[in-house]
Amino acid sequence: MQSNAAMEYDYSIVKLYMWTTVIFGIVGMLVGVIIASQLAWPQLNYWLGEYGTFSRLRPIHTNVVVYGFMISGIFVGFYYSAQRVLKVSIGESKFLMTLGYLQFFLYLIAASGLVISEGMGITTSKEYAQMEWPLDILIVVIWVLWGMIMFGLIGMRREKALYISMWYYVATFLGVAMLYLFNNMEIPTQLLSGGLGAWYHSVSMYAGTNDAMVQWWWGHNAVAFVFTVPIIALIYYYLPKESGQAVYSYKLSLLSFWGLMFIYLWAGGHHLLWSTVPDWVQTMGSIFSVVLILPSWGSAINMLLTMKGEWNQLTDNPLIKFMVLASTFYMLSTLEGPIQAVKSVNAIAHFTDWIPGHVHDGVLGWVAFMVFATLMHSAPRVFKREIYSKSLLEAQFWIQTVAVVLYFTSMWIAGITQGMMWRAVDEYGNLMYSFIDTVNVLHPYWVIRAVGGTLYFIGLLMFAWNFFMTATAGRKLETEPQFRSPMA
Amino acid sequence: MSMDQLSIYLYVIGSGITVVVFYSYIVYLYRSEKRGEKDYEKYGRIAIDDEIDSTPVETVSDPANKNKE
Repeated sequence: MQSNAAMEYDYSIVKLYMWTTVIFGIVGMLVGVIIASQLAWPQLNYWLGEYGTFSRLRPIHTNVVVYGFMISGIFVGFYYSAQRVLKVSIGESKFLMTLGYLQFFLYLIAASGLVISEGMGITTSKEYAQMEWPLDILIVVIWVLWGMIMFGLIGMRREKALYISMWYYVATFLGVAMLYLFNNMEIPTQLLSGGLGAWYHSVSMYAGTNDAMVQWWWGHNAVAFVFTVPIIALIYYYLPKESGQAVYSYKLSLLSFWGLMFIYLWAGGHHLLWSTVPDWVQTMGSIFSVVLILPSWGSAINMLLTMKGEWNQLTDNPLIKFMVLASTFYMLSTLEGPIQAVKSVNAIAHFTDWIPGHVHDGVLGWVAFMVFATLMHSAPRVFKREIYSKSLLEAQFWIQTVAVVLYFTSMWIAGITQGMMWRAVDEYGNLMYSFIDTVNVLHPYWVIRAVGGTLYFIGLLMFAWNFFMTATAGRKLETEPQFRSPMA
Repeated sequence: MSMDQLSIYLYVIGSGITVVVFYSYIVYLYRSEKRGEKDYEKYGRIAIDDEIDSTPVETVSDPANKNKE
C-alpha cells in the first residue's frame, strides 16, 4: 500500500460507467417514448417491419433502462462511494483495477448482446429475464467480478465500520446472485432435443405454475434488489454528503435494512394474485407486501429527516431537490405497491394500466432521479470541474417532475377505468363492454402518457448535455468541494 | 391437520417470531447505546467525512504494520 498522503481515490472506472449510464439512458428511454406512442397511435408499429413492433421493442425498453441505465448508474455510485466510505482507493490494488476494467468491458459486451439479441427477437420470454443462456453466463461472470472487487475493497479498507450504504451494496450482490441463478436455470434446447432448434435457445428447468412462481420471485426481487436496495445505498451516501448533514438516525437505517431484507423476499407472490398458484402463496405475497411499507418508509423518512433544519437547501440546490423528491416518490411508490397487492384492490388493478403507472412513479421518480443526482454530485469530484449549468439542472428537474406526474396520474385513471369496465356486468350477468370499448375510452390517457414520456426524455437530453459539458467544458476546480456541488 | 390449518398456525407463529425479533433488535440497539457499549450515530459521520486522509471513525490496523508487530 502507498502512504495515505500521496493517494487519491481512483475514478477511472467510475468515468466509464458514467458514459454508459447516459448512453443507455437515452437509448432505453427513447424506445420507451416510441412504445408509449405506439400504444396511443398503433400505426407507428409498422415503421420498421418486425424490428419496430411494440412486442419487439418493449423488452428492449425494460432491459436497457434496467440493466443498462440503472445498473450503470448503480456501478457509478458503487465505484465512487464505496472507495470513499471504506477510505481506500481501488488504484491501490492493480489486481482490483484489472478486475474493474474487465468487469466493465464484459458488461459492455453483455449489454450490447442484450440489445442485439432482443432486437432480433431472441428471448426466453420471462419478464426481466429475457436474456438467453450465453448472456446469462456472461452476467454471472460480471456479477462474480463485482463481488470480488467489493470484498477486495472491504478487505483493504482503512475504515473499520462498514457504512450502511455498503450493507446495501453487499445485499444487492447477494440477493441478485441468488435470485438470478435460480430463475435462469435453463437447458439449451439443442442438448435435450438431439440437435433441433437454434444453439442459443433454451427451456426453463421449471414447468407451468412452478415456473411462474420462480419467475415472479425473481421478477419482484429484481424490483427489490435493483430498483430499491442499491438505490437506498446511493441515497444514504449522496444525500448526507451533498447536504453536509449526517444521516438522521443510524439506528433506524440498521433496523430498516434488516426489515427490508427479511420481508422483501416473500412479497413476489403478489404478481400472481387471482392466478393458478396456491392460495397461501397469494396470501403470503399480499401480507408481506403490506408489511413492507414499514421498512420502506423507515428509510425514506430517515432521508427526509436528514434534511431537518436544513430545508433551505431544498430551495437553492437542485441536487437536493432531486434527492428529496426521489425519497418522496419512494414513499409514494411503496405505499401504492402494497395497496395494489391487497387482493380486493388487485382484482381491479391486475393487468391494467395502473401497474405500469406504479412502476413508473417508482423508476422515474425514485430510481432515475437518484441516478441523476449520483452522476451530478460525482461529476465535479471525478472531472474536477464545476457543474456546467445550474439553471439547466433546475429546468430538467421541473420538466421531469411534471412528466412523472402526467405519467402516473394518467395511468391511475386509465387503469382503474379499465379494471372497472372489464368487470362491469348488466342485470343479466353479461359483460357490458367489449375490449375495444375500453381502448376507445383509454385513448386520451395513453396520449397523456406519451406526452409525459416525451417530456421526461427531453429532461434526460438536457441532463446528458449538462453532463457532457460538465465533463468537458465546466470551469476547472482547484480543490475538491467538501459538501455542496459547485455549479455555474 | 389440513394445509389451511397448518398455514394459519405458521402465519401466527411466524408473525409472532418476527415481531419479537425486530422489537428485540430495537431494544438491543437502544440499550447497548445507553450502557455506553456502542455509539451507532457516530457511523453517520463516515459518509460526510470521507476524504482518504481523514481520520476513520474506527481504524483498521494496516496489515503491513500488523506483521511488523
